[in-house]
Amino acid sequence: MSALIRLLAVVLKELRQLRRDRLTFAMIVGIPIGQILLFGYAINMDVRNLAAAVSDQADTHLSRQFIAELGQTQVLRIREHVTTPQQLEDLLRSGQISIGVHIPHDFDRRVIDANRPAAHLLVDGADPTIFGVANQLANMPVAFDTWPASTASQRSLEVRPYYNPERRTAVNIVPGLIGVILTLTMMLFTAVAIVRERERGNLEFLINTPVSTAQLMVGKVMPYVVIGLIQLALITGVGKLLFDVPIRGSILQLYAAALAFIAANLALGLFISTVAKTQFQAMQVTFFILLPSILLSGFVFPFDGMPVFAQYLGELLPITHFIRLTRGIMLREASLPEIGSELLLLVVFTAVAMTAAILRFSRRLD
Amino acid sequence: MTKVPPDENSHSGHVITARGLTRRFGDLVAVSKLDLDVPRARIYGFLGPNGSGKSTTIRMLCGLLTPTSGRATVLGMDVAGNTERLKPRIGYMTQKFSLYSDLTVRENLEFVADIYSYPRSGRNARIAELLGNYDLEDQAKQLAGTMSGGQRQRLALASAVLHRPELLLLDEPTSAVDPRSRRDFWAKLFELSDGGTTILVSTHYMDEAERCHRLAILDRGVKVADGAPADLQENTGMVIIEVLAESPSRAQALLSKLPAVRSVTQLGVRLRVLVPSHVEAPLDLVSGALHEAGVAADNSVVSASLEDVFVAVTQDDDSSEQAA
Repeated sequence: MSALIRLLAVVLKELRQLRRDRLTFAMIVGIPIGQILLFGYAINMDVRNLAAAVSDQADTHLSRQFIAELGQTQVLRIREHVTTPQQLEDLLRSGQISIGVHIPHDFDRRVIDANRPAAHLLVDGADPTIFGVANQLANMPVAFDTWPASTASQRSLEVRPYYNPERRTAVNIVPGLIGVILTLTMMLFTAVAIVRERERGNLEFLINTPVSTAQLMVGKVMPYVVIGLIQLALITGVGKLLFDVPIRGSILQLYAAALAFIAANLALGLFISTVAKTQFQAMQVTFFILLPSILLSGFVFPFDGMPVFAQYLGELLPITHFIRLTRGIMLREASLPEIGSELLLLVVFTAVAMTAAILRFSRRLD
Repeated sequence: MTKVPPDENSHSGHVITARGLTRRFGDLVAVSKLDLDVPRARIYGFLGPNGSGKSTTIRMLCGLLTPTSGRATVLGMDVAGNTERLKPRIGYMTQKFSLYSDLTVRENLEFVADIYSYPRSGRNARIAELLGNYDLEDQAKQLAGTMSGGQRQRLALASAVLHRPELLLLDEPTSAVDPRSRRDFWAKLFELSDGGTTILVSTHYMDEAERCHRLAILDRGVKVADGAPADLQENTGMVIIEVLAESPSRAQALLSKLPAVRSVTQLGVRLRVLVPSHVEAPLDLVSGALHEAGVAADNSVVSASLEDVFVAVTQDDDSSEQAA
């Protein structure tokens, strides 16, 4: 009974402090909304309007038609017409264009001759995304109007996009973004929690009272569980309203998955706070974990495409499993039994991190 | 006040007993072979400069630091292995303010009450009593961080005694407050002591040390004196000569060179000269030296102050260190 009262005393204390901490309070709401607007509007994996220039040395009916079709794809925005490929190279080097289209003077003859490429694309290949776009453009068919339509090359594979047929980036981003935002806020808030008490001298008093380590730790993170769920509601709400991101599966299961994920991050944050000596160190460690959480979790790059070593690292991060859960529940209408192993891994992670944090926390000063 | 049967704790009637208590931090010996006996319901003082091992000793006594060697018994229990059992019976006030600056006075006290499992039914009455007792009624809704040093210190004491501990460990509780607050603070300590609470308090103020029932002087981790302040003053082993000279600085320079003189301290226009008791005719020695050098001075033997005790017991090592 007195254990429960002590636990609640810590919770109440945290809530009272939180209420007065305007900055943290603002971050609870500000980070999710700011991030989702930023990611939702600014980040677009569909490449469009790449700056381009054309040197059309053929200047025939067919070449002009070809250039017009390139423009119509909206992938390229043709900014300039120049006369030589050297000028294209100059523009490329100076960074004014990403792609240069060179059409040689014997363009018409090359189109007929299947052994020689009809035109050249000069590409800033440093960026793999642009390079990928250029490769797609290279497959664009070129044909004289007089040719029968059937000679246009036949595709051997047809792509049928499931779950996100309109190929909207937001649909894929938002479920992962929930993970990134929760990782950032949950881990940051708790990572500084114990360290702040140590820095302010509160800890020396606290560890001299009968409060136990478990009561202290659990009490400190409990308010953040609720905060994490509020953030989830904010992100999914704004995602639905502004970007029409669906929640096709069960909302209850989404919250259950989030609960496990929040617990994992809070436990990890507590562990960090037992390792770090200062709040600054705690923040550094948090960002040290946040960066791979963004890059190796499948949030930005498809997980299966990563090197095996990176995949192993990714599997160690709670967010990797959470993103599989959210994308599964929100987009593919998967139910927990189908993806339950991911949830189980989060629970195991929480138990391990929490135990490590409690064991590492010293109720002594030496 | 909680009544504790006298036989519950150690039979010697001592609330704290330490034998050979030692703590090293790497090469530094912070506390060295400390023996300590703190009697029940008394105020026991630790006097010493910064770094003399006061805080380290207090932290070992409440189990925050593990002694390198030696042992301590507190409230009849060996500190090692009983730390958690002792915590509810000890009140601890840290050197630095350790309550929450972003909680109000009342919120801080409520938190402390719940952490110590103070009965819910009596909690608000106890908090009201403490607010009244420690003159914090007007600040009940004020954030602790916005209060003055004296108010914060009263809050810290109120928090330390809220659960009516039998033993209070106070680590330099008055280092950040004005003299008036210090006097009020000591009045509270005497009230608590009269009520049966044993208090161990560390300080570097002579006037505070003088108020203690019993006093230990620590110097670089070693206990160099232990006793009632009056006894210590009577048994310094020194003759104190007060010199009122026209030119105190010349007199000081002159007397410091005499091999028989332990120390010369200037207090305003007066000099306090310490000469070991075994030196014969110390007054004549001082007067003669000053006269010879042509320094006009009025010299008399006076009784020792606590400061003289402190100088007498601590400066010994210093001079030998300089000679080495």
